[in-house]
Amino acid sequence: MTHGTLSLLAQTGFPASMAQATLAHYVVVSLLMFVIGLIGFLTRRNLIIMFLCTELMFQAAGIALVAFGRFHLDYTGQTFVIFVLTVAAAEASMALALIVLLFRRKESLSAEDWQELKG
Amino acid sequence: MHATSILSTWAGLLPAQHEAAGAAAQVAGAVDGPAIAALAPLLPLLSFVLCGLCAAFKVRSKLPAWITVACLAASFAAVVATTLDLREAGAGSVMVTPLFDWINYSWGTEAGQHFRANFAFHIDSLTCLWMLFVTGLATLIALYASEYMSHDVGMGYCRFFAAFSLFVFSMACLVMGDNLVLLYLGWEGVGLCSYLLIGYFYKKPSAVAAAKKAFIVNRIGDLFLALGIMLCWVHFGSVEYREIFARVGPSLELLREGKVDQIPGIVQLIPLLLMVGAFGKSAQLPLYVWLPDAMEGPTPVSALIHAATMVTAGVYLIARTYPLFLLSEYALPIVGWVGALTALLAATIGMAQFDIKRIMAYSTVSQLGYMFCGLAVLGSVGAAAHVFTHAFFKAMLFLSCGAVMHGFAGQLDLRKLSGVAFMKGWGVVGIAMFVGCLNLAGFPVITAGYWSKDMILGDAFATPGMQAIGWILLLTAGLTAYYTFRVFFRVFVGPKHFEPGDELHAHDDHGHGHDDGHGGHGHAAGHAPSHADFHPHAPGWAINLVLGILAIAAFAAIVPLMTGGDNGPWLASMVDGSSAKYLGVAASQAAHAAGHGDGHAHATFFGYDAHKAMMVVSGVVGFIGILIAYLLHYAGRTTAARSKADSLLPAFGPLATAAQHKWYVDEIYDLLIVKPLWVISNIFALIDKYVVDGLVDFLGWAPRAIGRSLRPSQGGELHGYAIGMAGGIAVLVLIVLLVTF
Repeated sequence: MTHGTLSLLAQTGFPASMAQATLAHYVVVSLLMFVIGLIGFLTRRNLIIMFLCTELMFQAAGIALVAFGRFHLDYTGQTFVIFVLTVAAAEASMALALIVLLFRRKESLSAEDWQELKG
Repeated sequence: MHATSILSTWAGLLPAQHEAAGAAAQVAGAVDGPAIAALAPLLPLLSFVLCGLCAAFKVRSKLPAWITVACLAASFAAVVATTLDLREAGAGSVMVTPLFDWINYSWGTEAGQHFRANFAFHIDSLTCLWMLFVTGLATLIALYASEYMSHDVGMGYCRFFAAFSLFVFSMACLVMGDNLVLLYLGWEGVGLCSYLLIGYFYKKPSAVAAAKKAFIVNRIGDLFLALGIMLCWVHFGSVEYREIFARVGPSLELLREGKVDQIPGIVQLIPLLLMVGAFGKSAQLPLYVWLPDAMEGPTPVSALIHAATMVTAGVYLIARTYPLFLLSEYALPIVGWVGALTALLAATIGMAQFDIKRIMAYSTVSQLGYMFCGLAVLGSVGAAAHVFTHAFFKAMLFLSCGAVMHGFAGQLDLRKLSGVAFMKGWGVVGIAMFVGCLNLAGFPVITAGYWSKDMILGDAFATPGMQAIGWILLLTAGLTAYYTFRVFFRVFVGPKHFEPGDELHAHDDHGHGHDDGHGGHGHAAGHAPSHADFHPHAPGWAINLVLGILAIAAFAAIVPLMTGGDNGPWLASMVDGSSAKYLGVAASQAAHAAGHGDGHAHATFFGYDAHKAMMVVSGVVGFIGILIAYLLHYAGRTTAARSKADSLLPAFGPLATAAQHKWYVDEIYDLLIVKPLWVISNIFALIDKYVVDGLVDFLGWAPRAIGRSLRPSQGGELHGYAIGMAGGIAVLVLIVLLVTF
């Protein structure tokens, strides 16, 4: 029944048909996300925010990969993204743990307090 | 001008050709020498090694002295045995004892493509003559030094005797080597040992300066010697004496025919170069300045190295390569004039000095001048005889001065000592000094020094064109007699008086270490006010024994000089049997013999035979010198400090002061050579510092500067890095865009 309903809706033109989403749409979204992340990373001093911004840039790259994979009818892109997500999750847990430790040392989340960590 | 006359004089009187050829063949066909000859240099080397081991094991006894004395005595015995062997082989024979192949190199099979300089010993009578007094005196002086150096037992004692032994080894290589390269090795070896021993008291700045001066001045001469040896190789194709002498034939032939101009220039250049080497080692003008300063060394060193043996190496070199010197038109006259002027200059300086050891040093320079003159006037017998007699009496004079220095705490000023010979325990020293002074002054008839000096004077007046040198030498003989007896009359006789020197440490209690020298406890300062407590420390048995033996030997030196077998006096036959005679002495003797015939070759002394006239004249001159010294420095003298001579000084005006200041030669050298060199070397030092070093420093500075300029980018600011990265990406993207569109 459900199936019958949906196909019925589709036959009646619902939802309203949109222009076909092309590769360019995906890439633009990806680019916007990346730039938002970059700007956030450059302008904020809060370690947690900065970390979130890097996550944003990560995911922007992921979207681009999936989009290009679909475009080339190739699953490699998606496979890659799965791996990246996994690594990113692990890395996120570590990064947050580190930030907690840093916070405990200086009671502050500012990146500028940690200049002495230079090489 | 003199040159031509000498050459023409004796060139016409050369032995007949077949005789010369025979001599050459005899020289070339040497027989194997006795193996025992090799012991003469090897035993001192062994002693050197053992003394070195003593130093390594910190021996605190007189052991190194006894090792040295024993080895040197054995070495002397080996030389005596060799001399006897040589005598059996007959007059004029040459033996070669090879030890091992040293340099033996071929680069082809043709003649001339072969260089050989082996460790082999050339044994002829000249070698034996030299080695006899070198090893003999070295033994005696080592015995003397065993006592003289006793306050250094356990400190420098091993070092002293090690260097002493090494010196004798080097001297043996120099004298016995059968080629010029081995001679050069010995030449440098004795120079090194001289340096080490002059600088023995290395904590004393003046000793260090003197050692450096001796070494550097000798380097100048050595450079020319090395060049001469190289030229020998270039021209004669060999550095071995036998080969060289065998190959001078063509040049001799030219000389015999009177075609002096056709002798190759290179052959004439060789003796000129060798000569400068000899001037350096034997302290002649202009390189004599190191010898007086060398008196900073311990006295036994002055006696052995700087009076008796090493400084005669130059005379030996010329005597050994005499045939080469005969081939040059200028070499022998230059040798003669340099010798004569040195003799006079040094004698005038010696007259005005107050340090008795320095007076003896100038006297050595002066007497070496005599020896060179002897060689120059074709009287190599006279030269060798004077080397021989001088070795004994001058060593004795030095050792006597050394005994005084040792006993009076380093006092050497003749104004502060008087009547030493009459003090208790100083008799032997006084007698030895008297005998030495008589010899040096040339006291007539009874002294060996008189006879050997006479030979040179006689030869000088007998050789045409050399009379001027004869007159200079005659004047010098008078001056020598005066300054010698000035020392004797001032220091050894007259009223008893002494002021000790500043080296009182020798009389401290002997358990006390002397390493601190005059520092730390201030010995001199502590004792200076109490000179009354000072007791001169009379020489012990070793010093007295050696001085006694030498006093006898100095007289006994007449025996070989005056007596001998069929070939004339023993010493003359020793010289005539070697390369020093080869042609020269034959020519001069022939000249004398023929002189009566044509009256051209043989000059006379106011119509009298030069040799006979000299026996009287030089005796009288020597006597006058002694008499003047007696009148000025002994007669009526009541204090040590002043004598009648002082009142005469103003009469000489600036001359006396100038002589006292050694004619300002050191100052002139300083101004003309040392200062300009100093300026040049400072300029080079600046170039080195700012140009060369600057370049190198820049290479190190540039990377640092770059790093410094980049350092702010690594400030640890996270946002800085991020902007950098973002900017970099932006630039890359921009480039990609520009390239694609």
